Amino acid sequence: MPISFAPEEIFETIHMIQAENLDIRTITMGISLRDCSCERISNTANKIYDKITKRAENLVRVGEDISKEYGIPIINKRISVTPISIVAESSAEEDYVILAEALDKAAQQVGVNFIGGFSALVHKGFTKGDECLIKSIPRSLAVTKRVCSSVNVATTRAGINMDAVYRMGRIIKETAELTKDQGAIGCAKLVVFCNAVEDNPFMAGAFHGVGEPEVVINVGVSGPGVVLNAIKSKPYADFGTLADIIKHTAFKITRMGELTGREAAKRLNVPFGIVDLSLAPTPAVGDSVSDILEAMGLERTGGHGTTAALAMLNDAVKKGGAMASSYVGGLSGAFIPVSEDAGMIRAVEEGSLGIDKLEAMTCVCSVGLDMIAVPGNTTAEVIAGIIADEAAIGMINKKTTAVRIIPVPGGKIGEKVEFGGLLGSAPIMKAHEYKPDVFIKRGGRIPAPITALTN
Amino acid sequence: MLQKNSDIMKSSQNRAIITVVGTDQVGIIARVSMALSNQNVNILDISQTILQDFFTMIMIVDLENAKISLQELQVILKENGEAIGVQINAQHEDIFKFMHRI
Repeated sequence: MPISFAPEEIFETIHMIQAENLDIRTITMGISLRDCSCERISNTANKIYDKITKRAENLVRVGEDISKEYGIPIINKRISVTPISIVAESSAEEDYVILAEALDKAAQQVGVNFIGGFSALVHKGFTKGDECLIKSIPRSLAVTKRVCSSVNVATTRAGINMDAVYRMGRIIKETAELTKDQGAIGCAKLVVFCNAVEDNPFMAGAFHGVGEPEVVINVGVSGPGVVLNAIKSKPYADFGTLADIIKHTAFKITRMGELTGREAAKRLNVPFGIVDLSLAPTPAVGDSVSDILEAMGLERTGGHGTTAALAMLNDAVKKGGAMASSYVGGLSGAFIPVSEDAGMIRAVEEGSLGIDKLEAMTCVCSVGLDMIAVPGNTTAEVIAGIIADEAAIGMINKKTTAVRIIPVPGGKIGEKVEFGGLLGSAPIMKAHEYKPDVFIKRGGRIPAPITALTN
Repeated sequence: MLQKNSDIMKSSQNRAIITVVGTDQVGIIARVSMALSNQNVNILDISQTILQDFFTMIMIVDLENAKISLQELQVILKENGEAIGVQINAQHEDIFKFMHRI
């Protein structure tokens, strides 16, 4: 049995993991909670806790076993659940905080650091459960550590629910206020979506969609450092060659996700869902999407040319990744969260990257204005305006967009707020101060675009 | 060709790839081989070279009849590596198959 790999291949893999931060960002178990609805909300909470702790009992152990055997770090083990607005709706109770607490407790019990799905889908309007859930978000995020919340306010098919957009502007402000002692960290766990996907493994926006099976394993890979070094190795390559380098690298990265996902699904005896082809940065040095853009030849991310560079990167990652996995899904694209990417933070601090350029960048990548801190005096209406702009980009371009914005109470432009861990630290950025109030308060729904009429 | 692909995708085989990197010295292979044989781990192939003054060895081993799991073997090899100042990695073969073979 001769060795069937060249030494270069073996050491390339080892180098990617040990020196270039190649890792599996997350194995996320999606769990349906549709059978947990009860008339009494305390019974619902108990059922939720029991189901999650039973289904995800071995998730963390299996993740750690795979990580050791293959020698590839798996950074996070996480859980996504059915949007809680759907699960809780049968109860007469209007306060859903108890359910957030049940999720938090279950997450702690099985040892995962985040659980997503304190969510509602309101792109066309609110049901009673949606109303109660949204009202419960600020307190839920304040009293729990691990629960993540998301609200889908728009789709290409339905248009933009502007009532929901305005309401989320106010909910974000309230969440910031209730968690102001910790730098408004509640807002880092709250995402407002357009065209939310049902099988996203990444937090804070993960939830287990209604079209998903009972239980499923989804995997998110990561590897900005590997792409960065591959690009650096060919500093003068033309764009065709550059795209090829990125595609080859993305292929290899994604294969790791495919392997891990299949193996985890087999060991946990649940179906394998998808690999999410995202390039997800971390605050670690050398694990930055911004560094990739600069390695492509930009002096600083945010300068002119950034959108084109990101568009090319994003597309090449998808082309390489799509060939590497039997099921691709989730968000699948480069992420540009400001606080979680050392290069983005530097670009903001040096004045080359602002909120407007970030908005433009979200047109060509996944996902949206992510982990952006703004001054504490930013009004709910301005935040709603930011959400509406992002939702419009997603709606017209038939893509997922999102806003995860943190109005830091008392925070001023140029200051920095620390969240710690993977959430990183966010420089407070300038948002436009001209008021969109009259526009935002019109109410109703922006109709679906003509591009939605595809049948 | 299809047959070959499906063989490659099979992960049931319990093989690992061990890499040893460090300063060349007497007895590296002896030490690693001894540790493996103590646990009834079968060596299927060895290749060895000196890369940029570093001793570099790649072994493919079969753990089918091993007394211990791959995770336990990793610990033993790590201790052995530290004792003589070389870095020893042991990883399941599938990670290399998935990345470099389609």
